[in-house]
Amino acid sequence: MTVEVLMPALSPTMEEGTLSRWLVKEGDEVKSGDVIAEIETDKATMEVEAVDEGRVGKILVEEGSEGVKVNAVIAVLLEEGEDESALKDAGKAKKESKSSDEPSESKKNGKDDGDDSDADEDADSAGKSTSGRSSKDAGKGKDPKRSSSKSDGSRLKASPLAKRMAQLEGLDLSDLEGSGPNGRIVKRDVEAALKGGAPKAAAKDAAPETKAAPAKSEPGKISVASLNLEEGTYEVVPLDGMRKTIARRMTASFRDVPHFPLNIDLELDALLKLRSELNAKAPEGVKVSVNDMLIRACALALTSVPESNASYTDEGLVLHKHADVAVAVAIDGGLITPVIKKAETKGLAKIASEMKDLAARARERKLKPEEFQGGTFSISNLGMMGIKSFASIINEPQGMILSIGAGEKRPVVKNDALAIATVMTVTLTCDHRVVDGAVGAKFLAALKPLVEDPVTMLL
Amino acid sequence: MADSQFDLIVIGGGPGGYVAAIRASQLGMKTAVVEREHLGGICLNWGCIPTKALLRTSDIYHLFQRAEEFGLKAEKVSFDIEAIVKRSRKVAGRLSGGVGGLLKKNKVTVIDGEAKLEKGSKAPKVVVKGKDGKSATYEAKHVILATGARARTIPAAGLEPDGKTIWTYKEAMVPEAMPASILVIGSGAIGMEFASFYSTLGAKVTVVEMVDRILPAEDEEISQFAKKSFEKQGLKIITKAQVEKLETGKAGAKATIKVDGKSEVIEVEKVILAIGITGNVENLGLEALGVKIERGHVVTDGYGATGVSGLYAIGDVTGAPWLAHKASHEGVICVEKIAGLDVHPMDKSNIPGCTYCHPQIASVGLTEAKAKEAGHEVRVGRFPFVGNGKAIALGEDQGLIKTVFDKKTGELLGAHMIGAEVTELIQGYVVARQLETTEAELMHTIFAHPTLSEMMHESVLDAYGRALHY
Ligand SMILES: Cc1cc2nc3c(=O)[nH]c(=O)nc-3n(C[C@H](O)[C@H](O)[C@H](O)COP(=O)(O)OP(=O)(O)OC[C@H]3O[C@@H](n4cnc5c(N)ncnc54)[C@H](O)[C@@H]3O)c2cc1C
Repeated sequence: MTVEVLMPALSPTMEEGTLSRWLVKEGDEVKSGDVIAEIETDKATMEVEAVDEGRVGKILVEEGSEGVKVNAVIAVLLEEGEDESALKDAGKAKKESKSSDEPSESKKNGKDDGDDSDADEDADSAGKSTSGRSSKDAGKGKDPKRSSSKSDGSRLKASPLAKRMAQLEGLDLSDLEGSGPNGRIVKRDVEAALKGGAPKAAAKDAAPETKAAPAKSEPGKISVASLNLEEGTYEVVPLDGMRKTIARRMTASFRDVPHFPLNIDLELDALLKLRSELNAKAPEGVKVSVNDMLIRACALALTSVPESNASYTDEGLVLHKHADVAVAVAIDGGLITPVIKKAETKGLAKIASEMKDLAARARERKLKPEEFQGGTFSISNLGMMGIKSFASIINEPQGMILSIGAGEKRPVVKNDALAIATVMTVTLTCDHRVVDGAVGAKFLAALKPLVEDPVTMLL
Repeated sequence: MADSQFDLIVIGGGPGGYVAAIRASQLGMKTAVVEREHLGGICLNWGCIPTKALLRTSDIYHLFQRAEEFGLKAEKVSFDIEAIVKRSRKVAGRLSGGVGGLLKKNKVTVIDGEAKLEKGSKAPKVVVKGKDGKSATYEAKHVILATGARARTIPAAGLEPDGKTIWTYKEAMVPEAMPASILVIGSGAIGMEFASFYSTLGAKVTVVEMVDRILPAEDEEISQFAKKSFEKQGLKIITKAQVEKLETGKAGAKATIKVDGKSEVIEVEKVILAIGITGNVENLGLEALGVKIERGHVVTDGYGATGVSGLYAIGDVTGAPWLAHKASHEGVICVEKIAGLDVHPMDKSNIPGCTYCHPQIASVGLTEAKAKEAGHEVRVGRFPFVGNGKAIALGEDQGLIKTVFDKKTGELLGAHMIGAEVTELIQGYVVARQLETTEAELMHTIFAHPTLSEMMHESVLDAYGRALHY
């Protein structure tokens, strides 16, 4: 029998999502627990783990596909001894699962399909996700999040509320031991786990093997036990989707990308002056920030040095035709990088208003995947927090990221005399595989006059 | 020298105490209950049960008055207050006797007399003064205090019963004659039940309440709904009112009430004090043992432990909510903990509360306001009795079922009901809460037709914009 991998529901209201990345190829062997793909919704990026062992027979949904329906078959695993001929059935299975997943129930119950008031929308999706879940429960542990079965295959006893909460928070219930009747996992267990009150099961498993723990834990996984901490002296905050994504992407980038930093000082007085003049004359509601001006300046510099607006691939250097500038925005529990697309084509007012909207929605975690994915270049600004200079980690697959420090009055030498100027240090981190030192320097050389003589960026 | 040795002695034979004793006995403990007055406590003798018997009479009387509406003829309907009271006492007596039988069957020793505690080694010693005035000392490994509570009084404001004109629930339960007018001070469950009873039987009833709404523990919408219903029945309700003075004379009582800064005088035949409950913590020797008492109640942890070795407390003596089922459940938790079973402290938000006035009121969990205060984003469902076939067939089309869900998790945070039989309906939601169902399971539950309970389904559906019949 082939094993179908289904599109998981990351939240009860999720109906579809974007399959952003495959981490396996057809033919790869996978073990239960291996991360095989990444799924994105409006809220988060999550990993899909393989539940069964096998070989990836066929990938049915290409990476980057948007609007993949929950419970659609996204790939087929071949079990030991099976060959590609087994795949013939896969298509059929796909159709079947599609029709059984189609929740006609919610359509019937929805009072009025045409009415897309908030309540109706949610009500419909609530109906859908319930039926979706129950069909998954029937799917013999195919649920990639394993919310209905323990890893040892026994049925997982948990209250509906506990399951819902776990799903919302990306917690794997099979790691918990329930405190309810007959070991049922109830709300308080999930709350305790989320608070880091050491899920009982984990604590129990770890305790007798504290010393052996590092050896026992899966390769590449860092366990709490491996820190050898005294009990009661710490608390564990569970990893949410965003944290997992940050951890994985940054580790990969720092490990795999040959980084190097370049820094220069930029004088800001003219830019600040221009900014206040612009804002004084700007229409109601438009307020241009220093950051907005830097976005525009970078976009122009990127277009004037096209070889710096690039990504590395093994097949060749990808030169981007537009400057899609990603801007790191710190939000509760992490950060996200909304993208100003084709920033070189946009004026300051447009950039300012787009940025304002994106940042606000980013803080509410309401960005659509296409709004924070992609980007050909990034800006990270910690100047407002008083950081003088820093070097960011490359946001793959981009070739460069610019780290912006605080603007401050500093002594400078002008015409052989000491003078005071508002100066800011910026650091460009480059991926040496695609941006060499000279190319980076050329980009900075293009950026400097745009910032220091900012009228040029208005052209 | 101790006269006898027990594993557990429970002081007080109310729903807290006798249930704890039975559970202990089931778990193999040698158990005794000390009771000074009546097995079954306030609940069976002067609380839950006899009031329900009285309210049954007033409900039937109310229906008699609506006989024509149902195609019946009932002429010259009248009542005999003496017979009403007699029935209520008989019901109480029957159940109190039943508790004696239950304890015997479970081999629990019943010790008649008033208990006091003295310092002991592992647990305090229990000294019982019998009806004959003789004292005996008992020792046990564990002692549970379940001495209950009584009506709160405020003598300084004249809010003190005299047994004749100013009553507490005890006197109000056994009237010798039907008063023409009554002032009920306090609009909690006890106050509203008596107000409803006397008003239905024809007394002119005024209720005064200190805060801005009656039944202040309930959801605001339910309070408002209740107020309108009562006013339609002819009750007078004065909120934000403080009783400043209460004087008694030959004809009755004169109450000076301050409302909105103005004083108002109300003259009535009888006054019922329903201004709260205070724990029976006196004359037990608790101070000497160092038991912590706050605002008239013994302070305990989630399992009833008082902090004094071997001494526990459960039920009304430990504070709100003052409900029989809370007392019993605390008793079970306390005993199971003592026995070393795997138990959890009670989740107070899963304790249902019922008021048996007309219309009835029942609730569990958080009110909408409390839910928001606690930081929940909520979804609220409502379903009115007018949309329910059974309610209309019963001639009970006035009422409301309100549900409050957490928008994110779908947790049923609270349910609030007013109308016919809601005290029987609420249990459906209590089970749902205990099992931690979300809106999804409730939506997929099949409710029998035609029943009032269908409204519980509709209220849930309404919270998600999917109500079918309204
Ligand atoms: C009018 C009225 C109506 C009510 N209606 C309801 C209702 O509908 N639903 C509901 O859930 N609750 C109702 N209650 C509340 C309910 O009666 C109490 O919550 C319940 O009785 C508390 O049980 P308990 O075991 O803690 O205490 P109690 O029932 O008060 O029992 C305590 C017992 O301890 C005995 N005792 C006290 N001190 C000593 C001592 N030193 N030695 C020996 N014995 C002692 C007392 O005699 C008493 O029998 C009502 C109360 C009143 C007054």
